[in-house]
Amino acid sequence: MEIKAKGYLSPLSEEAKTSLWVYLKEWMCTTDAKRIGVLYLIFATFMAIWGGILSVIIRLELAQAGPDIITDAAFYNALPGMHATAMIFFFIIPAFTGVANFIVPIQIGAPDMAFPKLNLAAFWILPPAAILTFAGFFMNSLPEFGWTAYPPLSNSVYSPIWGADFWVVGLILVGVSSTLGAVNFLATVFNMRCKGMKMFQLPLFTWAMTVTSFLILAATPVLTSALLMLTFERMFPGVFYFFNPAGGGDPILYQHLFWFYSHPAVYIMILPGFGMVSEVIQVFSRKHIFGYVLMVWSMIAIAVLGFLVWAHHMFATGIALEIRVGFMFLTMLIAVPTGIKIFSWLATMWGGSIKFDTPMLFAAAFLAMFTIGGLSGVVVAAVPVDIQLHDTYYVVAHIHYVLVAGSLMTAFAGVYFWFPKMTGRFYNELLGKVHFWLTAIFINVTFFIQHWLGMKGMPRRYYDYDPAFELANLISSVGSVVLFLAQFIFIANMLWSWRKGKVAEDNAWKDGFTLEWQITSPPDHHNFHHEPYWKPLVRQHVGPDQPGGLWHRYDD
Amino acid sequence: MASQNASLAADSMVGEESLGVTNGKLGMWAFLVMDAMTFAGLLAGYARLRWTPGSDWPLPIEAFGFTGIQLTALNTFILICSSVSMVHVLAEQMRGNMERARKWMLFTIVGGLIFLGIQGFEWTHLIMDMWPYLFDEGYEAAYSVNFAATFFILTGFHGLHVSVGVIYNVIIYLGLRSGKITKDDTSVVEIAGLYWHFVDLVWILVFTFVYLI
Ligand code: HEM
Ligand SMILES: [Cu+2]
Repeated sequence: MEIKAKGYLSPLSEEAKTSLWVYLKEWMCTTDAKRIGVLYLIFATFMAIWGGILSVIIRLELAQAGPDIITDAAFYNALPGMHATAMIFFFIIPAFTGVANFIVPIQIGAPDMAFPKLNLAAFWILPPAAILTFAGFFMNSLPEFGWTAYPPLSNSVYSPIWGADFWVVGLILVGVSSTLGAVNFLATVFNMRCKGMKMFQLPLFTWAMTVTSFLILAATPVLTSALLMLTFERMFPGVFYFFNPAGGGDPILYQHLFWFYSHPAVYIMILPGFGMVSEVIQVFSRKHIFGYVLMVWSMIAIAVLGFLVWAHHMFATGIALEIRVGFMFLTMLIAVPTGIKIFSWLATMWGGSIKFDTPMLFAAAFLAMFTIGGLSGVVVAAVPVDIQLHDTYYVVAHIHYVLVAGSLMTAFAGVYFWFPKMTGRFYNELLGKVHFWLTAIFINVTFFIQHWLGMKGMPRRYYDYDPAFELANLISSVGSVVLFLAQFIFIANMLWSWRKGKVAEDNAWKDGFTLEWQITSPPDHHNFHHEPYWKPLVRQHVGPDQPGGLWHRYDD
Repeated sequence: MASQNASLAADSMVGEESLGVTNGKLGMWAFLVMDAMTFAGLLAGYARLRWTPGSDWPLPIEAFGFTGIQLTALNTFILICSSVSMVHVLAEQMRGNMERARKWMLFTIVGGLIFLGIQGFEWTHLIMDMWPYLFDEGYEAAYSVNFAATFFILTGFHGLHVSVGVIYNVIIYLGLRSGKITKDDTSVVEIAGLYWHFVDLVWILVFTFVYLI
């Protein structure tokens, strides 16, 4: 086997040059954060395909009213939950972690993460967790309680199946993996910065990962505690009644604990994306970000507020009106820091000399489409409106505008952006643009009409529906199939370019000014040949090749 | 600190810690934040179930039978003592009295083991004698069964922490004995100490909630 690539991609030992097996072993047992990052990305890609297949099955079933391709309604019932689990816990969050593993240590001028072995362990928890989570597929015992696993539906009376137990344990393991990752990122960012770099000089992607890690650290364990209680209730019926009212338990308690995690989790799924587009927009507008300090503080504000709004998912559970109004108010407040970020990105682009390469296209489209998701969020945050829209397709539309048009598009922006850095080669720009346009258009085809479906009253997670909704559902289904297929252009592009793409320079986009653009593409084993040194910022709207515009120095 | 001296050659800076504490210590602090949140989730569940209308919560004093609160109070005291002896390990190590550091470490481990033993005794008593409904469907609990449920999950989860801590401390002890941990590796002991003190601190919370109020 011949391996052409340079740097960390090349075999580390003589043996690995001739034996594919040894080469693979070097990857799988590596403690190099960059390689672990790539492992995360590969894993996330597989999970995305898996989750994508499930979603296409759902959409095909819903293309027409009445049972079509799935004869077993119980099987259908399990699909939305399995799809969401795959996408949220095994695709988006690991994908961001993957990019961050690669980029964050470099951006702060560190040779690696603070705990390389822990890093590897955190990654290797994921595959077994995935197997457990989806074990129901092999055992014909799929949990049918959605990704939220609300009791009593998820207790041993209504879901007395093994698949459900495995699912719960799988989720606990994902939580362990991501908290270990967060511990590692925090120690890395706080303690491994190169000389001269202060916290308020961190690149925004690194900041985003820092804030995200705090969110994970404070939120994920609460989900773990809820799942632990659920497990015990399932394992020892008659002894534990945490959530089962039959024994004095409280099903709403579960929802509080669950959303205390899962609302912050939506920011775990979007803040890294915010960080990525911040980098992309700066480089492709050839301007430094507008309002850096405000950008950081609004991320922090989003994180803090994110912990105070969980009950907006529970407006329909009968909690007191005063409480609902309070949560409504706090929820709407989040639109303020979010708006600040949107306007900062726009102001960065304003007057810049913008290059519309694929990463920038994704970033720009993200701005437009995420705004739709944010607005529909404000709509459902209004208590009286939400009472109507809760558990309808409107919420499905909202989620997908923030998660697909938000997290997924930013992840694409980031992967295209750093691909030359990761592999030393450019992706194919034409294929990238085709991929972008198909994705951007068909996200809207798929999801926009779901707002209408929801407003007209189509419930989510249903197997069948009123024939009046047929045309809209058909449009959505066609959109989803094209959207799914378009992603193979991306995968083909990445695979082909990794071996055959145009060779990239160190500063692949010419205008990169953070540390990762100062070292070789792909980076060498320990990133830097000698310790980088960060000079205090000079924030001016000039290109890095003009005097006075440089942020720092790393002279190789 | 000398390592922060700007005159040092740039190459010696690889792996330098920006905050002046070791990565391990920072990592342990972060880990403890996350652990504290797990306990917080369980305690929130406890609070919700207990202070809910019609919850029929028994008075802890009456609900534990002969092991009572007194035994657990003693156990709490033992755990606190083991935390104190953990402080001595570090102190002696810093003075270079490795012999004494080892001895204190042994005390700490024994303290943890006694705690676990007493807890095991208490659990056995409660499961076998006090709460027959656990085994026998025929029996009715005399009060909200959530009392026992939250008791088990909180003290059980804490007991798990103590067990992990004892193993952790044994590893440190072996390191001290074999000389792998020298008098200069104070941060290793310090980090283990952080964990152990945390376990102690959480117990005080759990004890207060489950037994005292
Ligand atoms: C201004 C920003 C946002 C506001 C005001 C908002 C508000 C809301 C509200 C009130 C709901 C509950 C609707 C219901 O169940 O009836 C909801 C659901 C949801 N939101 Fe958002 N949201 C915002 C941003 C986001 C972001 C950034 C994400 C993720 C990246 C997100 C992901 C979700 C998800 C996954 C659900 C559905 C959960 C479920 O029931 O399965 N939201 N949002
Ligand atoms: Cu929310």
